[in-house]
Amino acid sequence: MTVGVLAIQGAYHKHQQVLTKLGVDTLLIKHPEQLKSVDALIIPGGESTTMTKVLQSEKWSDTIEMYAREHPVFGTCAGAILLSNKVDSAKVHPWNIIDMTVSRNAFGRQIESFLADVDWNGFGEGGKIPAVFIRAPRITDVGDQVEILGRYDGEPVLVRQGNALAATFHPELTDEIAVHRYFIDEICRKAQAA
Amino acid sequence: MEKGSFEVKTGLAEMLKGGVIMDVTNAEQAIIAENAGAVAVMALERIPADIREHGGIARMSDPKLIKEIQASVSIPVMAKCRIGHFAEAQILESLEIDYIDESEVLTPADEVNHIYKHDFKVPFVCGCRNLGEALRRIGEGAALIRTKGEAGTGNIVEAVRHMRTVQNEIKRLSTLGDDQLMSASKELGAPYSVVKEVADTGKLPVPNFAAGGIATPADASLMMQLGAESCFVGSGIFKSNDPARRAEAIVLAVTHYDEPEELAKVSEGLGEAMVGINMSDIPEAERLAERGW
Repeated sequence: MTVGVLAIQGAYHKHQQVLTKLGVDTLLIKHPEQLKSVDALIIPGGESTTMTKVLQSEKWSDTIEMYAREHPVFGTCAGAILLSNKVDSAKVHPWNIIDMTVSRNAFGRQIESFLADVDWNGFGEGGKIPAVFIRAPRITDVGDQVEILGRYDGEPVLVRQGNALAATFHPELTDEIAVHRYFIDEICRKAQAA
Repeated sequence: MEKGSFEVKTGLAEMLKGGVIMDVTNAEQAIIAENAGAVAVMALERIPADIREHGGIARMSDPKLIKEIQASVSIPVMAKCRIGHFAEAQILESLEIDYIDESEVLTPADEVNHIYKHDFKVPFVCGCRNLGEALRRIGEGAALIRTKGEAGTGNIVEAVRHMRTVQNEIKRLSTLGDDQLMSASKELGAPYSVVKEVADTGKLPVPNFAAGGIATPADASLMMQLGAESCFVGSGIFKSNDPARRAEAIVLAVTHYDEPEELAKVSEGLGEAMVGINMSDIPEAERLAERGW
């Protein structure tokens, strides 16, 4: 199994490092034709406006949206915004993969960025994981099909719909690799076995 | 819940990787930058090339201008304070600037001390010419390092010198034994704990960006290939004759920094780049990189 990491801009190397720790092969994706070589895709944190702009000017928005509909995908922060079906900003084009509404930079500017424990229920056991929120978005609404796997202060911060996973925080910035392990074991491997 | 920790500060720098941070002097330019794909803008009253020409004392920008720029874009907004001018930094923090650049482009306020950056909740970026300077700034709390280069020249030669110097010194450090690190720390004039960390990991403990002289997509590619993780572009964009196109081309060049065919495509027909200045035409006293220590 090879997992692609969208490498237009952002913390793509950090995701690659976590996947390597998990023993998963990776490929940095900078061109649409590379998507053919990967079984799943991570969309990293960064600026969603930059990613939208580059995808549009290189004309592969449709290709990547189609890919995301048919394969396991995991988006963090900016990546989660792209996976949503509604964003409070016309500057970002959402891919309509997860039935949720997202508000960008909803906690405020960098001075409001924070580190906190998230209540997480990924493997069904319950527990806490440390999470870094950087100019983070907020998930303000979710559809019936959406499963909430993580909450901070009662609000959803880690959600899943089918084979798509989205976190408003950055599991790639801490040593805790549970969320990536969940994506690989519970989503990618099961999708492959199916 | 913890705000302003070092993890949270470097976290934003991680998100800015593989991107372009553009100098802008008004809301209109900020919007052009954001539309072109900038990951952040640096709010300034004058871009470095004009500071150079204008002369006199260069200070922190007018808060009114900074607020207008903040209101016009959704990406992070950075601003510069003078070296050692912690009061300017406090003001910028109160304006909720996303990253403060303690910058040699402005006239230094303190010739001995840089700002003690651990005191702040907002992160700082600082320039360096070599590893010792980088590690001193990190010791003071900088969460992001950039080369100084020579701002406002459109000449990449100094940024290359600084990036190569830092990389060579990191390589050298990682060949030393534990018994040699205290002496290396003395030589570099940098805190032992940070020197040890660099020797052990073979890299800086914070992201390392390029700045000072980037004017073309090829310049951005060069700096990325030399080890920069993002590029600051100052005068290079809004001193060229088609800023929107050049801005977008440099954004694409940073994404595809190691793909010459892509770089050729984005470099086509960009119009005139900024004119640029040869280093030999700048008297020692007017070299911005010499400010700070």
